[in-house]
This record gives sequence, structure tokens and C-alpha cells, in this order.
Amino acid sequence: MIYQDSTIVLEVRDLCASVNGVPVLKGLNLTVKSGEIHAIMGTNGSGKSTFVKVLAGHAAYVVTSGEIYFAGQDLFTLSPEERARAGIFLAFQYPIEIPGVGNSQFMRLAYNTLQASRGKEELDPLEFDDFVREKMQVLEMNPDFLERSVNEGFSGGEKKRNEILQMSLLEPRLALLDETDSGLDIDALRVVATGVNQLATPENATVLVTHYQRLLNYIVPDFVHVMDDGRIIKTGNKDLALELEAHGYDWVNTEAAAQTAKVTP
Amino acid sequence: MSEILQNIINQPYKHGFVTDIESDTAPKGLSEDTIRMISAKKNEPQWLLDYRLKAYAHWLNLQEPHWQNVKHPAIDYQNISYYSAPKVKPKLSIDEVDPELLRTFAKLGVPLHERMALAGVAVDVIFDSVSVSTTYKEKLAGVGILFCSMSEAVLKYPELVQKYLGSVVPPGDNFYAALNSAVFTDGSFCFIPKGVKCPMDLSTYFRINTEESGQFERTLIIAEEGASVSYLEGCTAPAFSSNQLHAAVVELIALDDAEIKYSTVQNWYAGDKNGVGGIYNFVTKRGLAQGKNSRISWTQVETGAAITWKYPSVILLGENSIGEFYSVAVTNHYQQADTGTKMVHIGKNTRSTIVSKGISAGKSNNSYRGLVKIAASAEGARNYSQCDSMLIGQQSGAHTFPYIQVHNNNSQVEHEASTSKIGEDQLFYFAQRGIDAEAAVSMIINGFCKEVFQHLPLEFAVEARNLLSFKLEGSIG
Repeated sequence: MIYQDSTIVLEVRDLCASVNGVPVLKGLNLTVKSGEIHAIMGTNGSGKSTFVKVLAGHAAYVVTSGEIYFAGQDLFTLSPEERARAGIFLAFQYPIEIPGVGNSQFMRLAYNTLQASRGKEELDPLEFDDFVREKMQVLEMNPDFLERSVNEGFSGGEKKRNEILQMSLLEPRLALLDETDSGLDIDALRVVATGVNQLATPENATVLVTHYQRLLNYIVPDFVHVMDDGRIIKTGNKDLALELEAHGYDWVNTEAAAQTAKVTP
Repeated sequence: MSEILQNIINQPYKHGFVTDIESDTAPKGLSEDTIRMISAKKNEPQWLLDYRLKAYAHWLNLQEPHWQNVKHPAIDYQNISYYSAPKVKPKLSIDEVDPELLRTFAKLGVPLHERMALAGVAVDVIFDSVSVSTTYKEKLAGVGILFCSMSEAVLKYPELVQKYLGSVVPPGDNFYAALNSAVFTDGSFCFIPKGVKCPMDLSTYFRINTEESGQFERTLIIAEEGASVSYLEGCTAPAFSSNQLHAAVVELIALDDAEIKYSTVQNWYAGDKNGVGGIYNFVTKRGLAQGKNSRISWTQVETGAAITWKYPSVILLGENSIGEFYSVAVTNHYQQADTGTKMVHIGKNTRSTIVSKGISAGKSNNSYRGLVKIAASAEGARNYSQCDSMLIGQQSGAHTFPYIQVHNNNSQVEHEASTSKIGEDQLFYFAQRGIDAEAAVSMIINGFCKEVFQHLPLEFAVEARNLLSFKLEGSIG
């Protein structure tokens, strides 16, 4: 939702980044205000997943130039865990399995770490159990997931729900969803969307990266950006996603190329 | 990220101090005279001197073993002192123990005094070659339990010692056991009579303090029919640049329906980050589940020592007897561990369980070596083995050498193994949830070792977690 008196949550200027020495992001600009939902779409390899990993601070993604401000703070001065504590949450495209570590234990440590860094009250195991079970009901998750090891042996859909569960526990200022819809059946998609929509408040913002339009039937974005070759080449409202669905990515690329040709003398 | 991991796993050793206490240390070297000297210092009976001399003669004919997956320079057995004792004569009452010693053990976190009383643990403390204090003796004696140093047992209960000493690990069993049989200086003795359930955990704490001395202790635990006991062993040593040899022998005997649970948290000095110094921990531990329905359980957390060579084993002789081995072995820097167990099934319907967790970091090498042997007589025997290895960093090694020998066709043996790695992606996942690398490694390692820790007595489980924290992460459990 676009609000009148919203503040800037994320400001990205001319961001360039490489992976293994290969440039992937080549001058990306984006402004996200509180309350807004942004969808970033693009073909495989366009750099959209790289972008959210750079925001989260993954060490394999090296920023070569540009600036990122998160709630006014220079993001590059923060370590990955400090970014998380400041309120950046990444729902992983491929959530990591951690054998032997109980899901409930893991989530409680994450929750209490964030609570502590926000000067808020931590929960003991019993209190946390009540709290997390409530959240799980919304996501239609079986409480058995609490007893299992983090993501170990979870199906693709279960892993994604587990990400959204963590997101709902941690209540991030900025939620980044990396292809959360991939591999989900229609029911899971609806459930995941419910979780995301519930979190949307005037204070928070969401950036979701997706390849397909179908998630946007459930989560209505305020802005749709099309990425190609490491940059955002087109920005529109939710209708842009429908156009993409109808005409394919080539259509935007051709259009963008035509525009570039026009401005180039 | 890997730099963080490196810092986490490279915490310094906190037990590396030396106690400034005057010691009566024998000149270096080993000969019949050395053995006579040790025996004379302890006022031992003739049979024990004979036992030692026989073992020594045998040892001279044995070769140092080299089949294990470890490397070390040749050990000069003539360059070791075989006896070292604090000069103040060890007293039996705790109030008379040299305060410097008490301070040492307090520093190590060994509950010797009031804390020990609160913890309800009876402790025997071995400092270099001698036992300095055994607590709770009277209370235990009230229910017929004999718990004292080996030296004292030799003098007070010679018939029991003579009957059982070497009955599970004979003097000629292997090179280091033979050496121990010849020169052992002290250790713990524990006898639980028929039908008695030991009302508290018994504990021995081993400390090597002298640079040139070896430690050769001998522990003997006997549980008669229907008796049960839980026994804990802890060890530390100062940080010296030379290597010290620790060659202990532990023998357990469980008669009908008896249970012995033996838990070790081994934290000998492991050498520095370049692999200089550290204890050579070459230990023979074996239990004889002699009686029907008897049960022997080994739980070990091995974090220290430059080299560990140790296979706590169970001979399952009695019908329906049970052997268990739960182990966590952690190696870092240049540490080497070749550890595991032997389960030898002889009696009918005997059962054994092996759960081994190896964690290798730095440039260390960690090997599991285990034998499961089912004799023809062991009808209906069952074994379950699980060997999991975890690698931290790029330069560590994990190896598994399972030996399985089955001599009948109605037994069941299962072996499972896995290898995993703490990956940067896992640490990033934790970091993205606000959890720093130290806490993450702690949680992963704790999760990995869970099945072993749950078999440790409560206070020990806490200590083990702290030790791993300390060893691998500053707070890693």
C-alpha cells in the first residue's frame, strides 16, 4: 500500500556487484518506502536473486560500487547478523538444512536474539511454544515441524512455509522474499500469501522476487520492476506483471532496447 | 566467514598452568630398578612386584604399535620419569591436603570441598602419579562400597585386587597396557558389593603437572551381582612444549545383573596451534560384562591430547549382556585421534550399541576405528553402530575404519555412517536470522552431539557442552 506520510526504508543507488569476479548487478536503483510491496521480476540470470542476497550480506556477493541505505543507515557498515537484527529478513529460495538442530530451538534463539537487540522481552521455551503454535495455525502448519531438525527432510513447500513462519515470528522491517513461490502448489501459495499479507503494515515493506505472475494474484504489489542484465529496466504497477505474463520478457527487453536507442544520439 | 570460523575454533587452552609445588620426581629412565623403586615407595606386596616385573619382561619383547592412523616421532621411553608425587605427603583427609593442590583443583573446576558435597559426587583425585584425596569414603563404606586409590586398595584389599587386576586387560595385552602394568603408580579402585546401587556418582580427576613425567594410572571397578555404579573421569594437564605420555589402563567387571556406566571428559593439553607439545593419550579401557544381564556403558567426550589412541571396549560374555559406547571426539589444529571401540559378543542374545561422533577442525585428523565381533556362540546377538563425522574448515580429515566379524548366521549387525560439514551457507542462514557464528557453531555442534550428551550424567553433560564451546567456539556447546 502506498501511504502519504511513509518513510524511506530502502534506498539503493547505482549498485554494482559481482559473484566470483563476474559482474552481475550493473547499476541498480531502487527506492522502497514503508508500507509498500515491490515485486521484482525478470528472467533467470537477470540478477534478482543476487540483489536480495547482497541486501542480506552474503559473503559470496561482492559489492563493487554503489550505495545502499536501510532506514537511513549505510548498510555496508553492518554485518549480516546486524542487518537481520536491524530488521532485514530474507526468505531463502533454497532454505538451508541444519541436521540435529531442532526447528523450535533454532527459531527461539533467532526470536530471542532479535528481541534482545530491540530491548524487548525474551521468551522461555514454554512461552515461545505457545507463541509459535499460534503463528503456525495461520500458516496451516503441523506442530510436528517444531520437533524436527531445521528444514531437514522438509518438502519444498514445507521449507517455504517454514521461512514464512520465521518471518511472521521475527516481524521484519524489510522482508525479502526470494522466489518464495517456486515449487509451491496452489494451496501452499495461498497460505504463504496469507502470511505475507498479514505482515504488511504501514511500517513494514516487502520486496518479493519472482519469476511468475501467479503469486501476484494473492499478494498485490504496489510496484512491479523488471530486471534485465543487472539493472531495473522497467517499473510499473501491478498491471505490468499481467502484461509480462501475456507478452513474455522479450517484449520488455525489446521495448527497453527501443527506448535506449531513442535517447542515445 | 571462514575467518570467523577459524577464530571460533581456535580458543586457547585454559588448564595450561603449572602448579608450583615441590615434587618428588624419579630420575628419567625405565629398568627393573625403576619398577622396584616404585613398588618400594608404595610398600607393595611381593606378588604385585612380581606382576610388574613380569609385565616389564613382556613389554621388552613387544613392539610399539604402528597400525593406527596417527603419526608421531619415536617415543624415547628412557627419557620419561615414571614416578612423580607432590612432596607433601598425600593425606587422606581433605582438610590436610596441601592448599596449593586444592587451589589447583578449584581452578580446574573440580568440586573437591563444599561444592563437591553439594554436587553429591565422591571424588578421587590423582595428581601426577599419586592419589591425593578421596572423598566420601566413610559414607560409601556404610553401604559396603570400597572407593579409594589403587595404592591404598593394594594394601587394604589385596585379595580383591589380586583377583581382578589384569583379569580384563592382561599384562601382555598390548604394548601400552604392558608398560602400564609394569609402572602404574596409582589410580582408582572401586568395589560395589552384591545388590548395592551406588547412591552417588563416583569420580576420578586426573592431572599431570610435571613436565618430564608420564602418567600411568590404573583403574579397577568391580560391580558384583545386581550392583550398579556411575563413574566419571576427568583429565587436564599444563601446557608444555614437550609431549607427555599418558598410558592408563581401566578395567571394569560386571557380574550378573550388574551395571557400570563409565563417563569420561578428556581435556588433556592438546599442544599449541602449530602442534608443539601435548599429551600422548594411549589408553586401554575394557569392560567385561561377565554376568547374565549385565551392562557396561562407556560414554566419552574426547577434546584434548595431541594424540588419542583409545578403544573402550566391552567383552559381552554373559547371556543377555549389553555393551554401549557413546563417543564425541573433537580434534583441532594438529591433533590426531584414532579412537573407537570393540564389542566382542560371546554370550547368547548379547546386544551392543555404538554411537560415535567425530568433529575435525584445523589440520587435524580424526579416525573412528571399531570392531564388532560376533563369536559363533553368540546366538541371536545384535549390534547397531552409527558413526558420524563433521568437518570444519578445508584442511581437516575424518576417517572411519569399521571392522565387522560375524561367526554365526542368526545375529544382526547394522552400521550407519555419515559425513557432514559446517558450511558457510549454514552460517549465513543463522546470521540472516540474527544469530552470530559463535552461537551458530555451538548450536550445530550441540545438535550433532546430542545423542551422546544425553548419556552423560547431568553435571558432566553441562561440563562437556562448556568444554566444546570452549574448544570450538568460545561458547559452542
